[in-house]
Amino acid sequence: MNAATSRNLTIAFFVLLTFGALAPMAFGSARFPQWLEVVIGGLMSGVLYALVAIGLVLIFKASGVFNFAQGAMVLFAALTLVRVMEKLPFALALVVTLAAMVALAWLVERLVLRPLVNQEPIVLFMATLGVAYFIDGFGQLVWGSDIYTLDIGMPKEPKILLEGTFEGGILVSTEDVIAAVMAGLLVAVLALFFQKTGTGRALRAVADDHQAAQSIGIPLNRIWVIVWSVAGLVALVSGVIWGSKLGVQFSLQLIALKALPVVILGGFTSMPGAIIGGLIIGLGEKVSEVYLGPYLGGGIENWFAYVLALIFLLFRPEGLFGERHIDRV
Amino acid sequence: MIYREAGQFKTTYASDQQLFPILQDRVFVIGFLVFAFGVMPFIGTEYLFRAILVPFLILSLAALGLNILVGYCGQVSLGTGGFMAIGAYAAYNLAVRVPDLNLIVIFLLAGACSTVVGALFGIPSLRIKGFYLAVATLAAQFFIDWMFARIKWFTHDSPSGNVSAPPLQVFGFPIESPEAKYLFVLAFVCVFALVARNLARGAIGRAWMATRDMDVAAEVIGIRPMAAKLSAFAVSSFFVGVAGALWAFVYLGSWEPLAFDVNRSFQLLFMIIIGGLGSILGSFLGAAFIVVLPLVLNQVPGWLGVHMSTATVSHVEAMVFGALIVFFLIVEPRGLARLWAIGKEKLRLWPFPH
Amino acid sequence: MKQLLKSKAAALAIAAAGVFGIAAETAAQSSNEIFMPVLVYRTGAYAPNGIPWADGYVDYIKLVNERDGGVNGIKLAFEECEFGYATDRGVECYERFKSKKPVLINPLSTGVTFALTDKVPTDKVVLFSTGYGRADSADGSVFAWNFPLLGTYWSAADMLVQHVKSKGPLKGKKIALVYHDSPYGKEPIKLLEERAKVEGFQLILLPVTHPGVEQKATWLQVRQQRPDYVFLWGWGVMNSTSIKDAIAVSYPRLQMYGVWWSSAEPDVTPAETASKGYNGIALGHSSEKGLPVHADMVKFLYDKGKGTAKGKDEVGSVLYNRGMISAMLSIEAIKAAQGKYGKRVVTGEEVRWGAEHINLDAAKIKALGFGEIVQPIKTSCRDHEGVRRGRIHTWDGKAWSYTSDWLEADNKFVRPLVEASAKAYAAEKKITPRDCSKEG
Repeated sequence: MNAATSRNLTIAFFVLLTFGALAPMAFGSARFPQWLEVVIGGLMSGVLYALVAIGLVLIFKASGVFNFAQGAMVLFAALTLVRVMEKLPFALALVVTLAAMVALAWLVERLVLRPLVNQEPIVLFMATLGVAYFIDGFGQLVWGSDIYTLDIGMPKEPKILLEGTFEGGILVSTEDVIAAVMAGLLVAVLALFFQKTGTGRALRAVADDHQAAQSIGIPLNRIWVIVWSVAGLVALVSGVIWGSKLGVQFSLQLIALKALPVVILGGFTSMPGAIIGGLIIGLGEKVSEVYLGPYLGGGIENWFAYVLALIFLLFRPEGLFGERHIDRV
Repeated sequence: MIYREAGQFKTTYASDQQLFPILQDRVFVIGFLVFAFGVMPFIGTEYLFRAILVPFLILSLAALGLNILVGYCGQVSLGTGGFMAIGAYAAYNLAVRVPDLNLIVIFLLAGACSTVVGALFGIPSLRIKGFYLAVATLAAQFFIDWMFARIKWFTHDSPSGNVSAPPLQVFGFPIESPEAKYLFVLAFVCVFALVARNLARGAIGRAWMATRDMDVAAEVIGIRPMAAKLSAFAVSSFFVGVAGALWAFVYLGSWEPLAFDVNRSFQLLFMIIIGGLGSILGSFLGAAFIVVLPLVLNQVPGWLGVHMSTATVSHVEAMVFGALIVFFLIVEPRGLARLWAIGKEKLRLWPFPH
Repeated sequence: MKQLLKSKAAALAIAAAGVFGIAAETAAQSSNEIFMPVLVYRTGAYAPNGIPWADGYVDYIKLVNERDGGVNGIKLAFEECEFGYATDRGVECYERFKSKKPVLINPLSTGVTFALTDKVPTDKVVLFSTGYGRADSADGSVFAWNFPLLGTYWSAADMLVQHVKSKGPLKGKKIALVYHDSPYGKEPIKLLEERAKVEGFQLILLPVTHPGVEQKATWLQVRQQRPDYVFLWGWGVMNSTSIKDAIAVSYPRLQMYGVWWSSAEPDVTPAETASKGYNGIALGHSSEKGLPVHADMVKFLYDKGKGTAKGKDEVGSVLYNRGMISAMLSIEAIKAAQGKYGKRVVTGEEVRWGAEHINLDAAKIKALGFGEIVQPIKTSCRDHEGVRRGRIHTWDGKAWSYTSDWLEADNKFVRPLVEASAKAYAAEKKITPRDCSKEG
């Protein structure tokens, strides 16, 4: 980690801290437990946004593609899993779904990325929009568009903590906590994969410099398949978590829109950025909706996330942890 | 053979700089306009006007506006739907609050409102670039959607948030029949296309293109990036705002903010990418393609004699739509306009290619 | 290179086919059929609720054709148009249908109803909004072409307030309205505000943005404000999310009341047993199977493989029933028109007269095979709503069961609001209200 990154991390940390510390002062300490609930809820949502954002960052780093289809992949993974689970046990269904995601990655590489190599980024972005439409139609065509219940045994009822200390206690959704732990595990596994395995190192090399990586004999095409498969895995995990919360349905793919402010806030090229960005966005939008929403008429969290990201961008145009690029004529 | 420019000499600057320097182009464009204005209203069916031509024309106007921003100035925007909404609601408020205003004036003022807002949201472009900017423009999209859903003043305290356009008339002529709507929209689109074409080939257009190709280099040779980018945002939003007002008044008649949601922005972006970035013709071709494609896809199973349920049809439609987009991007990333240009090149030499 | 050229040619061909292959009208309609357009949403975020309604609606049309050979011998033609519950796409569908001379449309979208309200009088198409639509259109003197049959949202809100009031005075209590941020969800606000003034309760408005999968903040607010009751005005995937998020903040399901669009099977089943105790106001009917009409559905359609739904389990579910009832009322309007104008293909204007003279008493409803799932309904020029009765039903973890007596919206309270709103509409649109005393 170089000096700039650690400085950014510190900045982000302090921003989070001040943001957190200021809010309850504005409302008086009597409402502290309620505020704490909102903060916890926001951070938990943030973890899930971060998960989708990680999928985006993975692909962007390795292939320079801003993958709008990540949301559709989440939906497709969840739909496949839930429908296969009707026939097969959970573990087996998981394997089948994973295989489907790898197949998808391979197809995308073969049919979309390879023919479009060296095109403008906007063209690639549009192509992923096309892919999103395709996956969306295909998934619903094969698996149907009802709401499917994905039951992986998550507890639904929340826990009330510190009931003695505060009136009403502090409500924590056990489901969210488990989801956050799962997300954390996934991130740890990914980190290990990137640090310790040969493939992981190759991936990082590609992310750093395509041409240099190619010149030392790293096969770009295979790397792309692997990256898209890993993104598929991330999509699967997000799909499982969101699907068990909300039911598996078409709207799952719209969480891609939630991940966009996260990646621009954190920077397109940074995994820690995606995580921190996710937490900031999750926290920001829930706190704003609960405390600012009533004064503005409610429903502000959607644009608030984007405006928050926009304000950050005005100070750091490449996001918190994005690579600063220098323009040369 | 037919399309040959040999023998057409440009002897004055005026003839060298005219809008369509080649005689055949001039004849073709004039013939096309005569057909569109003079013949079409008599031979078109109601279905053709309502379901195809009117939406196609309005969306091409919006695509034209977006193309100025994305294709000419290189600033990717995903907030087009929002700017259309500004135009629509501005026109609504003007029509309701100033009852005697001429409809054309209303639409132009609506465009002006959109211009102001567009320029405002264009300010971050001075600092933010590329995808960061694209996503940042989504802030405009979502904020505007929310604003019209929530702030009652804009919807004239309509309890449901749904507003509807007053009866349309220009200089005493009612614009109710499909033919009248078509002609009204066509006139708007023609004037704006002419304006766009002239802007694009003038000094301001060159400044946009220089900024698009490399903004730092453009700055070095003396183009002010702020003026170029903000003017692109302003002009683009003006076009888009007028298109939004037309969409709401002439096509929908009654609407809510969701008619201008983020999908509209994506749809318009598709149009200019399929049609061709930085091309006036491309905006029209792209709009035609995106408007007509779903209608055709809808009919295909019927033609083939296959019975499919509505759900299946729309899933297949989404798949074919997605696949076609990718296919087009692979075959010709510069869009239909580029295919058209290639065709013209070929025609120039035909039938003796050597 | 050659291959590239070939694919370019292919691209050109496809583009040409797309641009110039403008769909020729498939003239499905012949002169001796009545055309029924059906706006559906079988895909997207609202599909779970849109599908059963559309199945019921289409099935009943099919049933009338199969069993009775049409309406008085006139066959019904229908065509679906998918619009994904997006208002603008719904309007597009309507415009597309217009060349087929539809007489009656039932879009199942309040947004589309609002959008079409201005269009139908000039196009001469009757606009049914059975259990939805704009509340003020119950005043037929202004809204001649709108028919919010079976009950408007103002009636629904009024009945809900009456019901919770029956559990104890509302003075000083808090009622939260969690609503879909669209014309649909906003519709009851006006009435609830008026009721809040009279009853002295505090109304908390919590909008949920389309499509409604992001409600955590909403329910955290519910937890903070601790309202005594929550009214849910959601649709599609928003409903099940609301119930799940209510569970996640431990809000008692017993204090939750959904409108009739938020209390059907797709809303409660995703949360399964946890949604036990959740209430809704039923639009006269809940999930009821085994009526003669259901038996006919199975006999004439499903046993012959002609049913629309995936399986015959769906027949008799809440939204299926509602679709079926909606189609039945449309057909009764056509029948009434035929009674006056002759047994032929009737026009939009004639059907409008018919819709204004629907008069179904309990015996007639029973004879149609609908048992008691439709309340006696009688429309007139003045009253386009026909009936405003409902019951509370509660989800016991497996099925819906009625938990209250019949409720009836207080027309003395609601009607003046309807008339005031209709009058304002008439003034804005420069409509001269009809004089209902002169209408036959």
